[in-house]
Amino acid sequence: MKRFEMKKSYSMKKRLALSAIAFSSVGVLLAGCSGAGGGAQQADGPVTLTLATVNNPQMKDMEELKGAFEDSHPDITVNFVAMEENDLRDAVTKDVATQGGQYDIVTVGSYEVPIWGQNDWLVDLGPLAEADTAYNVDDLLPPVREALTVDDSLYAVPFYGESSFLMYNKDMFAAAGLEMPTNPTWDEVAGFARTLKTDDVAGICLRGKPGWGELFAPLTTVVQTFGGTWFDEDWNAQVNSPEFTEAVQFYTDLVKDAGEADPVSTGFTECLNLFSQGNAAMWYDATSAAGPIEADGSAVAGKIGYVHAPVKETEESGWLWAWNLAIPNTSTNQDAAWEFVSWATSTEYIDLVGTTLGWERVPPGSRTSTYENADYLAAASAFAPITKDIMLGVNPTQPGVNPQPWVGIQYVTVPEFQDLGNQVSQDIADVFAGRDTVGNVLDKGQELAQQAGDAQK
Amino acid sequence: MTAPDLIVAEPAHDPAPAASRALRRPPKPELSGGQIKALRLARTLVWPAIVVAVLVTQIPFLVTIYYSFQNWNLMRPGSRGFAGFDNYVTVFTGGAFMQSLSATVFITGSSIVLSVLFGLGLALLLNRKFFGQGLARTLVITPFLMMPAAAALIFKWSMLDANVGMVNWGLSALGVDPVQWNTDFPALTVIMVLTWQYTPFMMLILLAGLQSQSKETLEAASVDGAGPIRSFLHMTLPHLRQYIELAVLLGGIMLLQVFDPIAIMTRGTGGTKTLSYLLYERAFVGLEIGEAAAYGVITVLLTIIVASVALRLLFKIFSSEGAKS
Repeated sequence: MKRFEMKKSYSMKKRLALSAIAFSSVGVLLAGCSGAGGGAQQADGPVTLTLATVNNPQMKDMEELKGAFEDSHPDITVNFVAMEENDLRDAVTKDVATQGGQYDIVTVGSYEVPIWGQNDWLVDLGPLAEADTAYNVDDLLPPVREALTVDDSLYAVPFYGESSFLMYNKDMFAAAGLEMPTNPTWDEVAGFARTLKTDDVAGICLRGKPGWGELFAPLTTVVQTFGGTWFDEDWNAQVNSPEFTEAVQFYTDLVKDAGEADPVSTGFTECLNLFSQGNAAMWYDATSAAGPIEADGSAVAGKIGYVHAPVKETEESGWLWAWNLAIPNTSTNQDAAWEFVSWATSTEYIDLVGTTLGWERVPPGSRTSTYENADYLAAASAFAPITKDIMLGVNPTQPGVNPQPWVGIQYVTVPEFQDLGNQVSQDIADVFAGRDTVGNVLDKGQELAQQAGDAQK
Repeated sequence: MTAPDLIVAEPAHDPAPAASRALRRPPKPELSGGQIKALRLARTLVWPAIVVAVLVTQIPFLVTIYYSFQNWNLMRPGSRGFAGFDNYVTVFTGGAFMQSLSATVFITGSSIVLSVLFGLGLALLLNRKFFGQGLARTLVITPFLMMPAAAALIFKWSMLDANVGMVNWGLSALGVDPVQWNTDFPALTVIMVLTWQYTPFMMLILLAGLQSQSKETLEAASVDGAGPIRSFLHMTLPHLRQYIELAVLLGGIMLLQVFDPIAIMTRGTGGTKTLSYLLYERAFVGLEIGEAAAYGVITVLLTIIVASVALRLLFKIFSSEGAKS
């Protein structure tokens, strides 16, 4: 073999030198890897801001229009990192929790804002917004602003917000001789659904896909209007209380009797599909669904009526969600970041979207003035007025019958909630399939919830 | 070192250890000074590779072990600290682990058995000469080449959808009521997708086995009066044994990590929460880094045990086959 024929001899020194080169090349390799993660810049001179955002249409519009901001702020460039919702949540949580400092601006859901604010991860935008008179902070929709405020600190500003309402197919209601009231009760809605259900058309589409943000968004609002809640004022779990049980029983029975087929597969997207093809008579979901339903290509555009979320014990039971812009404490460009955040959430930006991209593409649910804008009201006449009524009508500090120790409607602002909601919703899938009973499932959920509640005491 | 050296266990009370060792290993050759130096150089050159191997394989595992003893929820930065064995206690008393283990065994096991059976059938069909054989083989392999997430999406939206799915449409033609696949049969749904994806893989291995069987033997058997069923059961099947074992082993290794169809279709409901999905949930939904790390460590230990038993089995198959021929 060739190796044994080598005659050249190597001294100890040369061997060491070789090893050293080998080791240092490994070192360079590792340094290269770690270098890719860091992205902090100096504050003076031209500034590049990194913005982590969710890849939905409103955010894409923002990216399209960022040139207008960069023109008026020549020393600031904004880089968009757009991700799918779950990826964004993972990436931003990891970066902020481990003080990574990759992002100057982050897009945060209203569930996370209070938790992150309490962890001191986000810059308090309150003083900045108050100081900026042109920003008109009092124009932000009050319930949304309330949901983003912890101990008088405003930790994020809304980019767009939504509530939930009931959508119904007017043709089907007319054909059956039914009339939908403006403020329906759940009992009325269940009656309609059972009447309108046929082999081809679902009486109502309600999310059944497991997940705290899927099934439990609508279901928690049902629980609250039935008088139930996840926790009482002292963080005692209330998951197997009679009201919670009754609500879940009502919801699962309604889906089984008159809802869509295969509920465990059905989330927002699947319901949208079903409803916009005319295969469901009613759909209780986000107000933002109205956009795609009224868009070109929808089989039911112009045939849909919109009414308040159905209730039982409460006056109003819509949820409240907003995608917000916030500045992590780790950002080294906080002033420049506020420049961009205040521009993207201003009335000026809303006008810019309206005039350049069209008024139906305006990000809704963030400012009161949006609903006083004649151009927007003309473009979104079918659902804008009711969306405003609902968004001003909901009460995130006490959405249910009894007081609760957190601010938020369809979620509980504690870190454990996404896990809790996820596990209980997986067990409710067994109820849809008839493998388990509501009582059993909620007894298990009560134990999990109590652990989460104990962590808050 | 050669492969057999690795696996031959030294019996403790070998009657003539020196003699048997002498039989197996040739005596060490005497090396000249130059050869020793060349060997030294060779060993030095191996160092960087070893260092990299240790860095990339062992450090992450050691860090995981360290995390598994931490009480660390990403959303509660203040409460991080040493947790002792708390995370391991949670793993074993929480109940999720055993359920998940049995779900993993059930889903992996059924998918392997089904895909081997279907794969064997397809391999037998493709093993004959016919017009368009190459095209047919390529078409049959397609499911295995598809990305798992894409396959799961196709099944979710096109095949198993309760309203417009092709499977329910086919069933309705037979007079069967529409089936709510994900809701009523979540485990079966996942097994269907996995079987569909892995049948071609099994088929490829078994087809290679069939093509290595000598035609003369089969001809001789038929001359001796063996019918096709007899020669399949007594000639082909024993010949395929080692190929089936290899297919099962490789399929098992790949299917143990299955994640996509569960994340996309069933979301861990109804007995489909396999170990990999459970791990994902603990880390990214629960945000419990410590607990997720503990699950990871236990999973690695289990995998090592299963893999070493399986690998030993595999070596035994090869060495016994080698001894026969």
